[in-house]
Amino acid sequence: MMNMRERILTVIEKNSRIGVKELSVMLGEDELAVANELKAMEEEGVICGYHTLIDWEKTSIEKVSALIEVRVTPQRGQGFDNIAERIYNYPEVNSVYLISGGYDLLVSLEGKSLKEVSGFVSQKLSALDTVLSTATHFILKKYKDHGTILCKKYEDERELITP
Amino acid sequence: MRNPLADEVVKIKPSGIRKFFDIVSEMKDAISLGVGEPDFDTPWHIRDEGIYSLEKGKTHYTSNAGLVELREEICRYLRRRFHVDYDPQKETLITVGGSEAIDIGLRAMLNPGEEVLIPQPSYVSYEPCTILAGGKPVIINLKAENEFRLTAQEVLDAVTEKTKLLILPFPNNPTGAIMEREDLEAVAKVCIEKDIYVMSDEIYAELTYKEEHVSIASLPQMKERTLLINGFSKSHAMTGWRLGYVCGPARIIAQMTKIHQFAIMCAPTMSQYAAVDAMKNGDADVEMMREAYNQRRRFLLNAFREMGLECFEPYGAFYVFPCIKEFGMTSDEFANRFLQEEKVAVVPGTAFGDSGEGFLRISYAYSIEKLKTAMEKLERFITKLRAEAHNL
Repeated sequence: MMNMRERILTVIEKNSRIGVKELSVMLGEDELAVANELKAMEEEGVICGYHTLIDWEKTSIEKVSALIEVRVTPQRGQGFDNIAERIYNYPEVNSVYLISGGYDLLVSLEGKSLKEVSGFVSQKLSALDTVLSTATHFILKKYKDHGTILCKKYEDERELITP
Repeated sequence: MRNPLADEVVKIKPSGIRKFFDIVSEMKDAISLGVGEPDFDTPWHIRDEGIYSLEKGKTHYTSNAGLVELREEICRYLRRRFHVDYDPQKETLITVGGSEAIDIGLRAMLNPGEEVLIPQPSYVSYEPCTILAGGKPVIINLKAENEFRLTAQEVLDAVTEKTKLLILPFPNNPTGAIMEREDLEAVAKVCIEKDIYVMSDEIYAELTYKEEHVSIASLPQMKERTLLINGFSKSHAMTGWRLGYVCGPARIIAQMTKIHQFAIMCAPTMSQYAAVDAMKNGDADVEMMREAYNQRRRFLLNAFREMGLECFEPYGAFYVFPCIKEFGMTSDEFANRFLQEEKVAVVPGTAFGDSGEGFLRISYAYSIEKLKTAMEKLERFITKLRAEAHNL
């Protein structure tokens, strides 16, 4: 059995817009207790934000996203943290993960055009002293993002059958 | 030309809500809360096993009783979840849905004229299947004041010398009622005293929202007089796979297997391979779906409370059964007007027996968004009805 915190997170991970009252009804918990728990989780940094999942493909706004594998030289006493910070401070960088395996950092990036993204990689990322090499993968199509299928809409295909 | 039909079959009434559903399916923008199956698709890893079985060419019959591996997994599951111990070889039969098990169980057990106690409101198949098996249905009308649970007294009142079998449909479709341990113990006592067998339809066993489901077969001296029917449709969202099972005393299962073997041969092979995976790796999916249903259940009950619609708190299945007696119309009239005026389909309680009069079955196997829209419409509708009554 999950505790209240986990149950709240399971719901709002999929629907951050849900109101506290509705959330408390659905979980069968006291409204004030749910509100307090949410506040506590925001303060502790368990909840880091309430973002919106957007399929930019369906808008008129042009966006190019890329995943970049980065191999770096770890620094004495700092490991990867310093170099990661240098990278994540760029506003065009969406996420930076330290990765096990063939390379060190996985950087995801969003730009207005192919040129902008490649410009960032060649002029900023590769120019860092500690970066040994990069490999840029442009994203062609997003099928699923954050657990949500983007390429297909759910339709209720159940037929009416005599109960 | 002479009449090609069997009188007994012709006499059976077709399900009352067929016509109603025909109207619903022609109304394109109607919201239906009428469906009695999960809105979740079968979890992918289970589907994947089904696909894999096809790729490997597992396209033949299985043994009549079903794959041994599946029967073993089912017995393990029943032990783990409901503390009942069955022998996969002699006491377990894989059927085409729980509904086949109901049919052949009745056929294997009933002699002409023997009586079957059927608590209603309940699933629509028990009565016709009893008649087709040559038995005589004896209806027990469950009461709203008991939260539609079956009481020992109700059983006692209905028992005659000819009573052979009690059907125990809990967690219940359409009321959402459950039977807790004490309720079952009282009924079990009567069954033992009066020497009655029990057909326990536990297809919704995984969907309870209070205590864990208790199977009557797990009570002392009950296993030898109980047929436990269950399946994958509701628990693992596998309705279309048509797969269920029945466990019970070896001598009943042997006769049921005989009918099954002549009528069906065996349950679909692909479904059986998928079900092995459902038993082995499906617990987390069941848990996830149960939690989602429970959230919707609480949402609906709260919506009823806010609009002042009377409804007992149901702890099982995925139905709520609100009372509409205050509006002075039949369930049928209410459902029809609600459909015409607000384009929301709910099932009149009478579809599940006369004692469903004055009630509606609302399924919550729907997304919260859909339920929200439907509840807004319901509130508007009953506000209108109350205003009408006020102006009379």
